[in-house]
Amino acid sequence: MFDKKNILYNIDRQCLVIYLLLVLIGWVSIYAAVFDANHGSILDIDRNYGKQLLWIVTSFVLGSIILFVDAKFYSTFAYAFYIATMILLFIVLVVGRVVSGNQGWIDIGSFKLQPAEFAKFSTALALARYLSVSGIRMQSLSTKITSILIIGLPMGLILLQGDVGSAITYSAFILVMYREGLPGEILFFGALTVAVFVLTLLLPQQLLLIGLGCIAVLLSYFFRKQKSYILMILFGLVFSVGVVFGVDHVFTNVLKPHHRDRINNLLGKEIDLKGTGYNVNQSKIAIGSGGFFGKGFMEGTQTKYDFVPEQSTDFIFCTIGEEYGFLGSTIVIGLFIALLLRLLTLAERQRSNFSRIYGYGVAAIIFFHVAINIGMTIGLVPVIGIPLPFISYGGSSLWGFTILLFLMLKMDANRMAIIR
Amino acid sequence: MNVFFERKYVVQGIFILVGIVLLIKLFYIQVIDNKYVVSANSNVLRKLVIYPARGIVYDRHNKILVQNEPVYDLLVIPRQILPFDTSELCRLIGIKREVLISKLKKARSFSPVKSSIIEKQLSARTYATFQEKLFEFPGFFVQNRTVRKYPNAMAAHILGYIGEVDERVIEKSGNYYQMGDYLGISGIEKSYEEVLKGRRGVKNIMVDVFNRAKGSYEDGKYDTTALAGEKLICSLDLQLQQYGELLMRNKRGSVVAIEPNTGEILAYISSPNYDPNLLVGRQRGSNYSKLVQDELKPLFNRPIQAQYPPGSIFKIVQALVGQQEGVLTPQTVFPCGGGYRIGGLLVRCTHNHPPLNLEESIQYSCNAYYCNAFRKMIDQGPYSNPQEGFEVWRNRVQKFGLGTKLNIDLPNELDGLLPTQKRYDRIYGKARWKSSTIISLSIGQGELGVTPMQMANLMSILANRGYYYIPHLIKGIGERKIVKPEYTKKNYVDINPAYFETVINGMEKVVQSGTAYWSRIPNIIMCGKTGTVENPHGKDHSVFVAFAPKDNPKIAIAVVIENAGFGASWAAPIASMMVEQYLTGAVTKPKYYQERILEANLINPTEGKLKTKKGKQL
Repeated sequence: MFDKKNILYNIDRQCLVIYLLLVLIGWVSIYAAVFDANHGSILDIDRNYGKQLLWIVTSFVLGSIILFVDAKFYSTFAYAFYIATMILLFIVLVVGRVVSGNQGWIDIGSFKLQPAEFAKFSTALALARYLSVSGIRMQSLSTKITSILIIGLPMGLILLQGDVGSAITYSAFILVMYREGLPGEILFFGALTVAVFVLTLLLPQQLLLIGLGCIAVLLSYFFRKQKSYILMILFGLVFSVGVVFGVDHVFTNVLKPHHRDRINNLLGKEIDLKGTGYNVNQSKIAIGSGGFFGKGFMEGTQTKYDFVPEQSTDFIFCTIGEEYGFLGSTIVIGLFIALLLRLLTLAERQRSNFSRIYGYGVAAIIFFHVAINIGMTIGLVPVIGIPLPFISYGGSSLWGFTILLFLMLKMDANRMAIIR
Repeated sequence: MNVFFERKYVVQGIFILVGIVLLIKLFYIQVIDNKYVVSANSNVLRKLVIYPARGIVYDRHNKILVQNEPVYDLLVIPRQILPFDTSELCRLIGIKREVLISKLKKARSFSPVKSSIIEKQLSARTYATFQEKLFEFPGFFVQNRTVRKYPNAMAAHILGYIGEVDERVIEKSGNYYQMGDYLGISGIEKSYEEVLKGRRGVKNIMVDVFNRAKGSYEDGKYDTTALAGEKLICSLDLQLQQYGELLMRNKRGSVVAIEPNTGEILAYISSPNYDPNLLVGRQRGSNYSKLVQDELKPLFNRPIQAQYPPGSIFKIVQALVGQQEGVLTPQTVFPCGGGYRIGGLLVRCTHNHPPLNLEESIQYSCNAYYCNAFRKMIDQGPYSNPQEGFEVWRNRVQKFGLGTKLNIDLPNELDGLLPTQKRYDRIYGKARWKSSTIISLSIGQGELGVTPMQMANLMSILANRGYYYIPHLIKGIGERKIVKPEYTKKNYVDINPAYFETVINGMEKVVQSGTAYWSRIPNIIMCGKTGTVENPHGKDHSVFVAFAPKDNPKIAIAVVIENAGFGASWAAPIASMMVEQYLTGAVTKPKYYQERILEANLINPTEGKLKTKKGKQL
């Protein structure tokens, strides 16, 4: 069964097949989105699909290299990868090129490198390395602080670039920490924060405060027998009220105007279909008009005629939704969920803590991207400019996710050897 | 394996839950909610309207009366504009720079990617020079439309004109008409709008986000072709109409000529008139207001809207009704003695002559004869009181198409006036009137109003000896030359055909040896009747009605010249020349005779006040 000689035999085939399918779907979608009769060749390097083909081939090369390097190399040099990418994030702040408001690109020849995409796997490696050292317990405060620092450093640097979307993706690591013992309450309070945040923007402040008070009283009455619950509820109330007041400050003083607009748009507070709401509206029209079976390959009028902006990158899901309908959307989402669940299975079967934690990191990052990206194209979450893993056009992003995934595949293929 | 192993299930749960939430929302917007399909179509589909050409109108000999002329609307797509020479563009299309700039501004605020009209209806000539320079103005393009063109510049009052629809029309039509459509506003353009307009075609094309055309939608499956409007054959005789308009120059009045055995209108002249080409194209608005303000009222459609007391021509009706009522026979004689006296009332007769019989009464137009006949009919007839007699008389007169619309195929026709019992009851008190009170009616004066159309129709009735077809202008619709059924029905006036002979003989004598002697036509027997309509506001109106030839008549005609005096002096010669022209193709009257008519200027109002005003203006 297990043959350490042949890495291709040991590699998890489910993950590999899903990866290849997603990359293929991505390329076909990009081709359909930017196709133009004047540029016939699929290898045309001037067109996005031509370039993406190049990224795909190079990604396969990268993936192969990862598979043939000794697995120990990654755990040993986890911090080195981390530090290297942090340095890149610094450099980009100095020499980076500004593209649509974000200073996130380094020009290398005619190509642009986006270090934020690579910081994802290096952060996952570093976090796994830190948490896998024996004796480290998530319950201790210092562990929590150090973990948050590891995550917070790239997050902060990316925020400085002005790329709020990419920065937010790092919050996905909270799932990793949760798996490693972070109290469930923190996850709960995280969710509570988001809920209260949204409600604060939607409802008048006084009404919300009264509402929260009522809920607290009702819950207290319901759980009046359990003292610890009452305490929790009380804390939750104080916390929520704090969020309510904090949100106002964050919303008016911290967020950039275009983020504010996007959130307002999503919440339906401002409907401006020609301005900030244009993207989401057009994206919903494209996906919504796909119907159950879709319009067919290259028949999507909305994407073909450029009504949807950023359609080969952040809004690539529109092409899928429009041309393949609900059926195609379900298949793509199904593939992602299958990949994520498989990744959890792989993680849990690891013998080493390092590879298990890394596995959770991979799943968390991919999950966050998929949920936010698809959610934004159908108006469930605000427009946050992050790519759909393996599918969106972009070299850095495809390389980043390939490395992220293949490191896990390598560790998994090697899981029996590591304990010896 | 560690203590937090079971947390795997929580994470799995989160993944699956989020996946389901995404799918639910997708199912909702893709499968359940249809509005996105609609929005997608409105994004990408543009309906190009293909305007049909309006139907062409021919005269009875297939000569074109109304045709279409291409014009060019200049449109702009603001986003595609590059810097250009504004003064050059203004010079080429003939508009002011400020106008251009404000229109561009308006276009931009309407939509940067959709087209807006900058200037409508550039003529083919303007377009020809502009076309060569069009490439210098990116973003601008032209769209061709058609406007009406009247090659003969005549018959404006019946041809009418078209104009752009307004909000009210659009609403009323249940959005059938759309902004930018034209529709008939007057004349046959209006009454035959349904057949003239044709059917709009639609071409569905797909556009990209910059509104650039990307091809047809579903290979034109939903496209429709434009269907040109039906052609109309107008009953007018172009030559006769032109000749009539020439004769009526500088005169105020009407000429209506009808073919009696079909009801087809051969000539329809309302004078003063105007060139129908004035109400076409870019100058329509300003030309229209000029016409409205013109003191001569050229827009007034006299043949169906001017109402005159019929005067002596009404004696024809009286003679027929009298016979039918048994009051008159060809042998009936009434004394004249220069007028009709009853009590203190005197209805003067212009000619003092010996007692006349029925035929002579027509020939010499004896007033006294008809006063007597009227009294006999109303006061002394078999009816119990004058009111009953009046009612019988009135019903008989109404049958001649008097007092109500004839329902010809033109809009805004007026009824004319035929008083009712009620009216006299109101004036004199209930049943406190009799023939002597309303004696003016007997000779066609008083409370009577007859339009020139009704006069001509009366001649049709005489020509047909007892019936008429509703006069109409369109004798054939479309290739199949359909005639509206209401115009093929005989309308009987319920007078025994035998009673016509004496009257017609009298009318023959009017021309051969009576009041219209100078208007007789060699080799053609024309039967006519002159009328001089008393006009309390100024000089009398000159009226002449006739039909010819006497046997198997081909034309019935009515001529009214306002403020021109005796019927014999102006109306009769004009009628005679038109009849001769129509029947023989030439006029044999001596040159001086023709020139007298052609050069007469009877249009200046005789009223002192109006005259000075006019005098200054002219």
